[in-house]
Formats: sequence, structure tokens, C-alpha cells
Amino acid sequence: MSDAISIENLNVWFGEHHDLFQAVKHASLTVASGASFGLVGESGSGKSTILRALTGLAPQWEGQMSINGTDLTHKRDKQFYKTVQMVFQDPYASLHPRHSVDQVLSETLQLHGFKDIDNRVNKLLLDVGLGPAFRFRYPHQLSGGQRQRIAIARALAAEPKILLLDEPTSALDVSVQAEILNLLCDLRAEHGLTYLMVSHDLAVVAHMCERAAVMRNGEIVEIIEVADMRAGKTTHDYTAQLLHASANRVA
Amino acid sequence: MTTLLDVDNLWVRFPNRSGVFDAVRGVSFSLGRERLGIVGESGSGKSLTGRAILRLIRSPGIVEAGHINLHGDNLLNKSEAEMRKVRGEKISMVMQDPKFSLNPVMTVGDQIIEAYRLHAKASKAEAYKKSVEMLEAVSIRDAERVMKAYPHEMSGGMGQRIMIAMMLIPNPEILIADEPTSALDVSVQGQVLSIMDKLVKERGMGLIFISHDLNLVSQFCDRVLIMYAGRIVEVCKADKLHEAKHPYTQGLLGSLPRFDAPRDRLQVLTRDPAWREAPSVEARL
Repeated sequence: MSDAISIENLNVWFGEHHDLFQAVKHASLTVASGASFGLVGESGSGKSTILRALTGLAPQWEGQMSINGTDLTHKRDKQFYKTVQMVFQDPYASLHPRHSVDQVLSETLQLHGFKDIDNRVNKLLLDVGLGPAFRFRYPHQLSGGQRQRIAIARALAAEPKILLLDEPTSALDVSVQAEILNLLCDLRAEHGLTYLMVSHDLAVVAHMCERAAVMRNGEIVEIIEVADMRAGKTTHDYTAQLLHASANRVA
Repeated sequence: MTTLLDVDNLWVRFPNRSGVFDAVRGVSFSLGRERLGIVGESGSGKSLTGRAILRLIRSPGIVEAGHINLHGDNLLNKSEAEMRKVRGEKISMVMQDPKFSLNPVMTVGDQIIEAYRLHAKASKAEAYKKSVEMLEAVSIRDAERVMKAYPHEMSGGMGQRIMIAMMLIPNPEILIADEPTSALDVSVQGQVLSIMDKLVKERGMGLIFISHDLNLVSQFCDRVLIMYAGRIVEVCKADKLHEAKHPYTQGLLGSLPRFDAPRDRLQVLTRDPAWREAPSVEARL
């Protein structure tokens, strides 16, 4: 199996001059094609920043990143966005409040150069379990879970191979979270997708992924198989701490 | 156990274009010196129940209840001025998001001092000293520096601890915590919860803990009310939550990904219309 995502010695900075802050330090990881990989850690540990660097939303980076064997430069081409798409954390903020579902999806499809937009919009809506009835609604007429489904549909519009998921369920209720996680599992099986998923919830990462990287202060402290994580076979103290904190949250 | 608060047949209604929407529909419960959890999905009316107790629901929202008794004294009959004496001093509330509930243009210190001096006759110097102590009690290192800082300079976890300090400084009898940790990381969550737990135990307060996190509630509380569509569908002992009988509670528990018991698919709730219509369960002591 080839590597869908490979990151070597990645450094990311924000700000400039004396305000320079290094958010990611010497991070390296690889995700095999068709695999699902998790990034865990507390807020501010740099997990979302890695996703942002991959999509080109964090321009100050150094190191090597490649997608399906092609090295990324600081400028991304159309082909890149046809392969890699991102789903953001907060479905309340990531959809334009004055664009209907139809506008959101058909604009995306148009940008990717598809012709049969009408059919595709309906198909995307069916794919995420909503159906054509939702096509002319505005975000405020949708619940949080439905919005996240639209955000996933938008990411799927380009028929990507790799989805970057930035805490896709942390703004949702447990019951809705279950629906979205099931949907993501189904879509992965159906379209043969590769996932790189950020979450602070270890149970969610364990459910979705086979391997995970644990991050702290911008560094990857450990890359661990989920099976080992469940068995408590950690090599780094911090992972053990994190496991402990999520199991017994009332110390 | 002595009853601190007794809520009888509480309704919260919002009139809209198509009639009246009932957000909370006839909820009755009482609270002693215990940790009472209220769980449910968003829109189940749990936060509104908390707000209604403090009479924080503004027009056009309508609050109706048989009574909301604090030590036998009906809060519904009080004037606004009398209510202000209750808020903070008798019952205080920690809101969900510290970013939106702290005053952005006042320093943390000034806000805490204000909260204290509204209820206690104290000089500024005393209030300052007391505020620093309170910040230290919620495990804020370097409290003197935090007193001078503005809320935007604080992280989420610190903001939430500041909120807790501010709510506890008038020494209330009842604390209502509305999702106090859902905006926080697991590691910080633990800290904030153990601080709350310690303070509640030491002061013998009653705590109403509103959350959508079932595992958390089952570990942290004594008794749990499960709300669905504005009604209480089940009451149980927190440590017996996993033996809950109502299909809704079971569904919520089943939809959680389990770290110790991996599954291919998560269970999805199928909602039975009968749950909406079933009468609310009384949750009196």
C-alpha cells in the first residue's frame, strides 16, 4: 500500500519577527492509502495546524509534505484540491449564512469544473443521508448535525481521495455524533477514502482510526496503534496521562 | 436530606408566529445538598430549566410554575430587586462559555471584586484580598497577575475557573453549572471538575450540573435527571446510570463510542413519538 499522506520534519510558524510562534515542531507522519489516522492532544498542541498546513491555510511552513507521492510546494494547484478536502470543526461557522445548500454545493461543483451539476447536487445530498428536500434550505433552517452533513457533502463534491477532518463532531450532541461518525465510516468504505482526523476525544479517535499520533506543545510525542492504546501499551508518559484523564475525568 | 430548592410543574413557553412553543413542559424536581445532574440532547430544555430557576428568561419567553421554592420561599413572587438579592448570594450560575459570559472591557479582578462587594459589605482592600484567595482556591497560579488581566488574555480553562471563582465568592447555597466544561479539553476538564467538586463538598452546597456528557455526569453527580423534549423521562442514581431503563437513556448511552469496547457501528437513536407524550417523571427527594 502506498502512502496517501507523508509529512517529514514539518515546522509551522505563525506571526512574524518578535511575535513569531512555532506551532508545529519537527512533525513526521505517514498515512497509508485508505487508512484512517488520528491526531490527538489538548488544545493548542498543533493538531489542527498540521491539517491547515496540508491544505495551504498556514502559509509559513518548512519541511516536506507529499500527497500520493507528489511533493507539495507553497502554491497548490487545482489537482491538489481535487484530491484533498477538509471538513471544519464548527458547522455553525463554516457555512455561509446567506447561501442556500444549493448555492453552496453548486458553486463548489462549478469551481471543480463539473458539468452535470443538477444531478450531482442531488446525489451528494443523498450520499450524506439528507435527500433533495434539503436542497433549497439555508443553514439556519438546519440542525447542527444536518449542517455538518452539508459541510461533508461540500468536501465530497470534488470527489476527493483524502479527507481532512478537523474535530468534525465536537460541536454536536452524542446522538448526532453517532450518526455523523457512522456516516463517515460508510463514506470511507464506499468511496475508498483516506482520513486524517483531529479530535481531542480519545474514544472518537479510537473508534474511527487505526493509528494515531499524540501531540503536545507542537511536537508529536508518540505514534501509536489504536489497539495498543486500548490495551494501555503506551511508550510515552503523556499518552498514559491523556488516557487516564479521559477514562476518569473526575480526579 | 433537607430540601434546598423545590420546583413544581415548571413550564417555559415561547410564543412564535405559528403558536406557542413549549420548551420545558411541566418539570418537577427538588434539590438537596447533593450534586444533581441534568442531561439530554440540545433542545431538550435542560439549560432553560436552569435559567428559569434564576428567572433569567426574558419576555417574550413565559415562565409558569406551581412554585419554585427556595427554603419554602417562592421565587416567582419576588420583585426584580428581590431577585437580584437571590442571584449570586443564594443561587449562582456558571455559564457555558467563559468567552461570552465575562465582561470583555473589565479586568478579571474588577469583575470578581464587584461580584463580592454587591453582596458583602467589605472595603476594596478586603475584597481584593478575598478575590485573590478565591482565584487561588480554583488553582490559578499567579493570581495577582490574573487580577490585572482582561478576559481575552486568558485561556478557555482559566476563563472557566475565573467564572467559577466569581460565582462562588458570594458563597451561594446553590450553584447551577450549565455545561461548565464542554468548551474545555479533557485534561483541563478534570481540573475544573475536581475544583468544583471540592468546593461544593467543603461548603455543603447544592449543585445542579447541566451537561450532555453522560459519562461525565455518571462519574460526577449523585442523582441524574434525563430530559427529552422538555420533560423528565427518567431519574436515576448516577452510579446506576448504566442500568437505565428508558430507551432514550439507553440510546444515548449506546451512541457513545467506547474506548474499552470497540464496535464497528455506533448505535443511532430511533425516537419514539410516545416519549414526547409520556408525562414528566417527578424527581423529588
